[in-house]
Amino acid sequence: MKRCFLLITIILLIGIAIISLGIISYIFFPFLFNIFIYILVSGLPHTLLLTSIGLLGGFVLGISLALMRIYGSKELQWISSGYEKLFRGVPLLVLIYIFAFGIPGIFWFISPLDRSLAAVMLALALRSGAYQSQIFRGAILSVNLGQMEAARSLGMNQIQGFRHIVMPQALRLAIPSWSNEYAVVIKDTSFASGIGILELTKSAYRISVIYREIPELWTLSMVFLTIIYFLFTYPITRFFGERQTKKLKDLGMGGG
Amino acid sequence: MGKPVISVVDIWKSYNDLNVLNGVSFELMEKEVKVIFGPSGSGKSTLLRCINMLNPPDKGEIYLRGQNLMDSDVDLNKIRSRIGMVFQHFNLFTHLKAIDNVSIGLRRVKGLSKEEAHEKALMALKSVKMAEWADHYPAQLSGGQQQRVGIARALAMEPDVILFDEPTSALDPELIGEVLQVMLDIAKSGTTMIVVTHELGFAKAVSSEMIFLGEGVILERGTPEHFFTSPESERVKKFLKQLEVLYGSHEELLKL
Repeated sequence: MKRCFLLITIILLIGIAIISLGIISYIFFPFLFNIFIYILVSGLPHTLLLTSIGLLGGFVLGISLALMRIYGSKELQWISSGYEKLFRGVPLLVLIYIFAFGIPGIFWFISPLDRSLAAVMLALALRSGAYQSQIFRGAILSVNLGQMEAARSLGMNQIQGFRHIVMPQALRLAIPSWSNEYAVVIKDTSFASGIGILELTKSAYRISVIYREIPELWTLSMVFLTIIYFLFTYPITRFFGERQTKKLKDLGMGGG
Repeated sequence: MGKPVISVVDIWKSYNDLNVLNGVSFELMEKEVKVIFGPSGSGKSTLLRCINMLNPPDKGEIYLRGQNLMDSDVDLNKIRSRIGMVFQHFNLFTHLKAIDNVSIGLRRVKGLSKEEAHEKALMALKSVKMAEWADHYPAQLSGGQQQRVGIARALAMEPDVILFDEPTSALDPELIGEVLQVMLDIAKSGTTMIVVTHELGFAKAVSSEMIFLGEGVILERGTPEHFFTSPESERVKKFLKQLEVLYGSHEELLKL
């Protein structure tokens, strides 16, 4: 409840910051205001969409990979660690190019207009999955072995022990690193501009190109862009990272 | 005297090349309190872990009310729900409040409703004098309090027998008393217990038989009076002497 409230406060604060920035520029520099609003309105939806799908897909993938790595048979472990190595070794832009152009027909079931968006989502999710599997593997392994032992001694089977005892603790332990992964993914959505998706970076880029005769516009739009990214990363990582770390300490979890 | 609750028949256990248990047998009757003691590395903890099959023995048989736990068709999870375990390091579920630590087994293993489980858990907490701490997390409790919750967790499942694995050896001296008192109470109220401990006062007060384990075999067994008045083997005499120096009279300490 309290956490919910704080989250809402933070979202409100971000909103207020954006609005006040808008108002200030609207009053003093109506032209700048237009730029700011343009970047935000035309770019933000895709950025947030890509971020959430990338994170969500990565979450499902990451947990599965972590489970395979920890509890799986030799083969599953091998697949999981191979996957991690592969996807941590390929630049994101290359992944995006592969799914957008490298494998023709991969998104045959999606309307042609949305295919490039799907390619970025897939690339983000697959890559984030590789990183998130590391996060969850570490979190699961850092839950004390005695916890599972106590669960088993109560008569829980391995799955119950994992579900009710190990997993809830691992998820809590993972939150600080996970909020960091969010910050990585939301910034990495800017690679989508590489294949022409209109997200924040692309719209800032576009507006600078439109007004070619004003070179200073590049500076301005990039400053706005930076501020927007900052507003969407710092408060959230701070909230989840620092608060949760403190909370974990209070629960005696996570050492340090 | 009726049938034994637990009977251990010639169990052997080794870890790689290390032989930990080399043929141990004993029987535990209804409402009996058996104390197992002996030097570290003698296999005391392993013996307990064999009994609830957390580490099944390599050879031998264990019967819980006549049911052979080594049979391959035995549902070990069900069996474990009938054998309580109290750990040296408490192993309370760190993400759960005291009350939920006690009720989770009732809910997830015994399938009780939330209200029923809560009520039973509260009763168990009352019996270890921890009811007023029900809403505290383990990290907010002292070691002695945590161990009492650990005892309540085992107690609440209404097991046939509770195994105590050095329940006081991780506690500060001034916290040992409260835990021993709770153990005395539940022993006197007719709980069948196997206790690995070096608390000779406790053994003297409630145990019907003490077993001295050394190098994985029972070196000597008998009533507490037997051990305190006329122990037979030199090994036992030496060990008791050392215990007395550590926990016993100050005179002995001063002579050193």
